Amino acid sequence: MNARIPLALGAARAAAALGRRLGRGGGTALPGLLAERIAPDAASALARPLAGGAVLVTGTNGKTTTARLLAGMLTAAGRPVVHNREGSNLTRGIVSALAAAADWRGRPRDARAIALMETDEAALPAAVRALRPRAAAFTNLFRDQLDRYGEVETVAARWREALALLPPDATLALNADDPAVAELALDWRGPVHWHSLAGARAGTGDPGPADARWCRACGAAYRYAARYAAHLGDWRCDGCGRARPVPDTAALAVERAPDGLRLDVSGLGETLLPLRGLYNAGNALAAVALARVLGLPPDAIRAGLAAARPAFGRGETVEFGGRRLRLLLCKNPAGATEALRLLAEDGAAEVAFLLNDRFADGRDVSWIWDAGFERLAGNVRRCRAGGDRAADAALRLRYAGWPAPASVTRSPAAFLDAVAAAPARDGPVDVLVTYTALLDLRAELSRRGAVAGAAVSG
Amino acid sequence: MRLRLAHLYPDVMNVYGDRGNVIALRHRCEARGIALDVRGPGIGDAFDPAECDLLVIGGGEDREQRRVAPDLAAKGPAIRAAIEAGLPALAVCGGFQLFGERYVDADGGVLPGIGLFRMETRHPGAGAARATGNVLVRTEFGEAVGFENHGGRTWLAQGQAPFGAVAVGRGNNGADGTEGARTANAIGTYLHGSLLPRNPAVADFLLGAALRRRYGAGAGLAPLDDAAERAARAEAGAIARRGKGEGAWRRLRGLAAGGWRRGD
Ligand SMILES: [Zn+2]
Repeated sequence: MNARIPLALGAARAAAALGRRLGRGGGTALPGLLAERIAPDAASALARPLAGGAVLVTGTNGKTTTARLLAGMLTAAGRPVVHNREGSNLTRGIVSALAAAADWRGRPRDARAIALMETDEAALPAAVRALRPRAAAFTNLFRDQLDRYGEVETVAARWREALALLPPDATLALNADDPAVAELALDWRGPVHWHSLAGARAGTGDPGPADARWCRACGAAYRYAARYAAHLGDWRCDGCGRARPVPDTAALAVERAPDGLRLDVSGLGETLLPLRGLYNAGNALAAVALARVLGLPPDAIRAGLAAARPAFGRGETVEFGGRRLRLLLCKNPAGATEALRLLAEDGAAEVAFLLNDRFADGRDVSWIWDAGFERLAGNVRRCRAGGDRAADAALRLRYAGWPAPASVTRSPAAFLDAVAAAPARDGPVDVLVTYTALLDLRAELSRRGAVAGAAVSG
Repeated sequence: MRLRLAHLYPDVMNVYGDRGNVIALRHRCEARGIALDVRGPGIGDAFDPAECDLLVIGGGEDREQRRVAPDLAAKGPAIRAAIEAGLPALAVCGGFQLFGERYVDADGGVLPGIGLFRMETRHPGAGAARATGNVLVRTEFGEAVGFENHGGRTWLAQGQAPFGAVAVGRGNNGADGTEGARTANAIGTYLHGSLLPRNPAVADFLLGAALRRRYGAGAGLAPLDDAAERAARAEAGAIARRGKGEGAWRRLRGLAAGGWRRGD
């Protein structure tokens, strides 16, 4: 064991305690950042003793929900888990989670545990190098925060780089519906477990811009028998015959239920998933695929799905001033378009859009023009714009044909004042919100006693 | 009244919210009772620029540019002739690059442009830093506010007018202070996505030129209430002037509060 590890862990623990003391939840990036500075190999040193090995979940959208669903399944199966559930998905966040689960010398508190790590798309090669995972899930690849990533193709290149670093017997859990994910199999000789929404009905309305258009094997344009969202669907290439792979795990049917989705998953039967939106059916399938790769029994998989709760800002609801706020995190066109589709299905009447442009949101707000706000034009009776870029958000809503915003407010406090000024009988407010705007809103709600303080995290 | 807009390669050249420009043109037409017919000619589609009143092309990554370049080269002479005869046009980012004489991509491959703008774009290689950030440009339409994100560096030939002078940001190449290009009623620029929503004077220049060309010199645009647009300009301008840093304190606080996540 590296002699620097105890020192690194001491620093991490002190930083975590400081983060809790500061009152915004357990700090989840700073501990790992410090530990990595002191012991650059901290991630691999802390992960190596875990007998359960490591599993990574990456992709543009759905990483958090997929990883949480799998964590629930593992727990239901009685398997201990070390999971970066509360925070940062860069290697520093992975180190924070591993550090919190180790004793002062760096030995795991439970050596049987499995490391389950949600991993940032661009951080994947570093995470693979450090953790040598036995399985990795790729949910989807969409345009996202291009001011930081550069181009969509840059992320795809990172993923191919990560594949070359994976142990050859690792299993990939791949989304067969996404040709940009499916093409990873062209570079992979090891086992693949495919999952697909095969039985779902195609999406209605504008699917939004596609980010995968041409076959990487032959260059011909993909054709679709059904398109769920963006470039996801039942695709095929007429040039070389490549097509959506036959899934190992498939949704035979996806139906809306009062409290979520009714899923009929191949080999699992009908299950109620207490989450809304077709995209969550996709997340559930990715989690089921990984669970099967890990050999979990069907009962534990079903229990994990049934116990699902919305993750931070992923459709969670908060009672405030007699009104219910539903928080829907969105930060890229694909995610926002899916959230808007959900709101259209639910008949949302009052909708707010809180837009920030800080580093973690992406400095470029052009993406809002790629999201299909137009589809809610007929539904929305009242709207609000907020965040550091409140005026840009207001302009987008206006150009989408929504009514003139009832409030345009930069600070979360002013936004909540405006919401509270309307009578409770006006019903729920659906809040589309970018990442740092969500952090700020949660902090303000907490200050006003609307949220348990400890729940605030990233 | 009715105007016909050709949005070239809408399914391919659209990487940074480019359809926001079309949404803005439609909005500003409808607010004045002008119908806007939008067509989206794709690769291999027949396209006669003489049959449209306004032309828009957006941005794409290298792989998209490689796809459209041969098709655009075939359509190029007609497009160029129409624009030189007064057809208003907006070419953004990757589309702007292909409206120049040539684009040399990151791997050294040369893509021919349509040669409307006398300029050349070279990508300095995959390892070079991209020009990314908020931009303010002084133009004949006032200050244009926007965001740039490009790998290629564009060099205007002597005599080629720019769209404007960079006040904040990198512009064409980060060296000579120029941004974009201007020829006849055409504008080329790196300011992507939400250029026209936040810069209504630029949108109205394009629409006004289209209207006069179609309905005669007497056709004019009714003024609109642009309070919302002015608010968005002011907000974006203030953020651009403040610089792209968030400040060390906010970053540290962000780390303590849970850190940055980049994905979902
Ligand atoms: Zn093919």
